[in-house]
Amino acid sequence: MASSPYFSLAVLFAAALGFGLAPLGLAWLWARVFSPPKPNAIKNAIYECGLESKGDAWVQFRSAYYLYAIIFLIFDVEAVFLLPFAVAFTGLGAAACAAMLVFVLLLVEGLAWAWAKGILTWA
Amino acid sequence: MAVDEQLRIELGKQGIFVTTIQELYNWGRRSSVWPMQFGLACCAIEMIATTMARYDLARFGAEVFRPSPRQADLMIVSGTVTKKMAPQVVRLYNQMAEPRYVIAMGACAISGGPFKQGYNVLKGIDRYIPVDVHIPGCPPRPEALIQAFMTLQKKIDAQPLTGEGRPRHLDAEAQGEFPVPEQGEHDLEPTSNKGVWTVPVVIR
Repeated sequence: MASSPYFSLAVLFAAALGFGLAPLGLAWLWARVFSPPKPNAIKNAIYECGLESKGDAWVQFRSAYYLYAIIFLIFDVEAVFLLPFAVAFTGLGAAACAAMLVFVLLLVEGLAWAWAKGILTWA
Repeated sequence: MAVDEQLRIELGKQGIFVTTIQELYNWGRRSSVWPMQFGLACCAIEMIATTMARYDLARFGAEVFRPSPRQADLMIVSGTVTKKMAPQVVRLYNQMAEPRYVIAMGACAISGGPFKQGYNVLKGIDRYIPVDVHIPGCPPRPEALIQAFMTLQKKIDAQPLTGEGRPRHLDAEAQGEFPVPEQGEHDLEPTSNKGVWTVPVVIR
């Protein structure tokens, strides 16, 4: 057997396997001897900052909420752009004013659409 | 089996370092205590200051405040524990990995402190969970917390791995679950954990 040309390869293979498995085995042994687990029901429960978790995590949100997202976008983005516009207003040219007007009109169009759809009325 | 102290010194002079598994194990444990990121009241501000550059709790290997009890070894109960909060504190303690330790920081965590007479204040967290180190003070200074931490390190260092007084995780018989109190009609129920705290007898 030792005369086989593949003998040295087999020895190297065994050594490589041992090199990989020995640390894993030692880690397993270490955990078993020095850090045995001590589970219980409270410990295994879901961590919710100390509170007991309630209900299911698979909650569905109504797709109708997209309306709120659109309304939020209209007012929020408008405010973000209107403020620098107002600050720089006196130094702006006609083209910049027209561009801003188009932008505001686009948003107003969205608002008009929402109004016409009746989502601004409190249900 | 402890090495004779004189022999150890003599060997040390010759450049030979002698140790035991227990010493190595405890050295590793005490040098990597990770506290839980958990503040209850004003003492928490002092706890935060302790971790910052001026007081530098990192010197003791304890700078990593873990936001999850799964990764924490040490619970610093820093502040007033109200009866509303007590079940959460006990549940978090239960969810920490073994071996776990508790420092009761400040007068409130020890006994209720200045709010002891309050109807909604727990008169000491040691009624429900085993506390390893108590620090008095209102709030204790960061030095006091460091002192408490060093005391805890000495305690960990002195824990044998076998026999009496070993840490709970090495004792298969030891109970690792501490019952979480519930809100009763007038008080928490039960009002204390009989296993960790004995109700003092009032002699009138």
